[in-house]
Amino acid sequence: MSDTSAAREEILSRVRSAVSGADRSPVTVPRGYRATGPVDVGLFAERVADYRATVVRCALAEVPDRIAQALTGRGRVLVPEGFAWPVRGAVPDDGLTSADLDAVDAVVTGATVGIAATGTIVLSHGPGEGRRALTLVPDVHVCVVREDQVVADVPDAVAMLDPARPTTWVSGPSATSDIELDRVEGVHGPRTLHVILAG
Amino acid sequence: MSATFVGMPAFPVAAREALANSQQRRNLAHATSTIRAKRAAVVAEVDDWEQLRLAGAAIKDNTLLHLDEQLLRLEESLTARGATVHWARDAAEACAVVAEVARGHGVDEVVKVKSMATVEIGLNDALAAEGIAAWETDLAELIVQLGDDLPSHILVPAIHRNRAEIREIFLRHMAEAGRPAPADLTDEPARLAEAARLHLREKFLRAKVAVSGANFAVADSGTLVVVESEGNGRMCLTLPEVLVSVVGIEKVVPTWADLDVFLQLLPRSSTGERMNPYTSTWAGVTPGDGPQEVHVVLLDNGRTRALADEVGRQALRCIRCSACLNVCPVYERTGGHAYGSVYPGPIGAILNPLLKGVGVDAQTDSLPYASSLCGACFEACPVRIDIPSVLVDLRAQVVDAHRPSAKPEALAMRAAAAAFGSGARLGALERLSGLAGRLLGSRGRTAPGGRRLLGRVPGPGAAWTDTRDLPRPPAESFRAWWSRTGGRDE
Ligand code: SF4
Repeated sequence: MSDTSAAREEILSRVRSAVSGADRSPVTVPRGYRATGPVDVGLFAERVADYRATVVRCALAEVPDRIAQALTGRGRVLVPEGFAWPVRGAVPDDGLTSADLDAVDAVVTGATVGIAATGTIVLSHGPGEGRRALTLVPDVHVCVVREDQVVADVPDAVAMLDPARPTTWVSGPSATSDIELDRVEGVHGPRTLHVILAG
Repeated sequence: MSATFVGMPAFPVAAREALANSQQRRNLAHATSTIRAKRAAVVAEVDDWEQLRLAGAAIKDNTLLHLDEQLLRLEESLTARGATVHWARDAAEACAVVAEVARGHGVDEVVKVKSMATVEIGLNDALAAEGIAAWETDLAELIVQLGDDLPSHILVPAIHRNRAEIREIFLRHMAEAGRPAPADLTDEPARLAEAARLHLREKFLRAKVAVSGANFAVADSGTLVVVESEGNGRMCLTLPEVLVSVVGIEKVVPTWADLDVFLQLLPRSSTGERMNPYTSTWAGVTPGDGPQEVHVVLLDNGRTRALADEVGRQALRCIRCSACLNVCPVYERTGGHAYGSVYPGPIGAILNPLLKGVGVDAQTDSLPYASSLCGACFEACPVRIDIPSVLVDLRAQVVDAHRPSAKPEALAMRAAAAAFGSGARLGALERLSGLAGRLLGSRGRTAPGGRRLLGRVPGPGAAWTDTRDLPRPPAESFRAWWSRTGGRDE
């Protein structure tokens, strides 16, 4: 690759001269917004449903049945390694190509954290969640979130996540508002998001 | 096949043409009013919104004032995570890096995530010149690209197109670019989205190289962030083997924890949602997951020029949410094309002259005048960019740049800059101008449509009003009306 170090030096020196006359004493960042309220699991369920995702609440013991119900009528189902519950008939991710994934109908995963205020599920793509492509290419995503994984607001979630890991923040099914600002569910990501909230 | 903004006429000419396009005005008015209402509702839900705005502005200011250190940290973190960092002084250098990566992999196409920076540098044309097709994958960008059109809004680049026009574009042009649109395509948004899904999926599955921008770049962890809705971003960031991200140097934030401010401010300000459907974060290369070759191009292209502008530097806080466009009375009527740039609306009116410099071309110099200085953009801006003050300062710079043929507004604009610099002085001035409006009421005439206009005003303003209709100042200023009524209809 071409060496861009001359550009690097010049940009850095332009930056330095641009701010040389400025008062560079730090501006205080108010952080009061980080004091978030108590966790409201019901609010999480409501807000996920607001995005027109399906939300089902159940006890932990009922999760396998709920998964089976969500998968009724779906063909090929994929489950990442390390997923905590049994899923009958599921295929493992043994290095499937993108084209292979395109032939899969549904994927079942866990999640790392749920955000009540925004109805967001965050995946960090470790065990039980799988690499990023798994929850992207298939058209149906069934996601199991435990109640004890739900936090109040965005700052709580950011504080828990590892910036070195890839993360995907999912708020409802894929959508677009590009046509006359009408929200349409289902463009490139999973068109169906089915959340099982267990605890 | 892509249109370009180069050679656009100055704002007043382009605006007059746009104003005559009533279909576009209807599309725009509908879209901006819808999104204004959505934004207002989700912003009202957040108790500490004002504190978040202050925090967002402070984080960005601290970063900008130490941008050299932050960029070096970002470079170090990215390199440690397996990414290759490139630096580009201008558009040509940035395009050359992307082209070199693509050529190095022998590809004749790349897939693209919507990115303002890559439009700014004219990447698609630069790649086309090398025989590399750049496929836009965001629905609106696809509409713009297939229609050989120009983006007109930051968030919704095809905001000027309605569903019937989009159906036409898909039926006519999808086949030229790949999988054709279904023959029985209707203008239902869901059917149009489905057509785009099918058309683009084959491209996602075969593409080897993807190009993205980034909404944020975290210095201390090397994490890049892309905020999107459709999942086309995730496709591009995940499936190809090689990823090149073109990142403006102002996108850096110091720490991962700082994202807790911006991931609240951006979606609510932008699409008016509590959270956008998808946000992706990644730091360099993750073995076994996503692209195994990752490049980051750090782009200047005028940003350091903007940084050197004491008043204008705050424009670099911009997180490209487009809230200022949606509240702008000028934008709502003229649309984005009249600004002649990928950055339209109030932010475009300041960012373009700041990036390019004034006194260079008439088109850019006309932009600081594309505003009524009503201040709605500042109120909406999640990072508190005082756009009116910057506009006023830039007007003075434009005037200075055109000396000795200085225009009479130079002095007036300098005075206005002083007034806008202080809320108290502005309030006093508005009260005065309200008073003047009442006093001058008898001198006015009525424009077609019933708007009351002032004729030639006496004194130092006479030269200004020789060539302009000056709206009669209202008896009560906006700020006075707001503090009296809180915005409720009377
Ligand atoms: S200037 Fe402010 S309101 Fe406008 S796009 Fe940038 S961040 Fe958003």
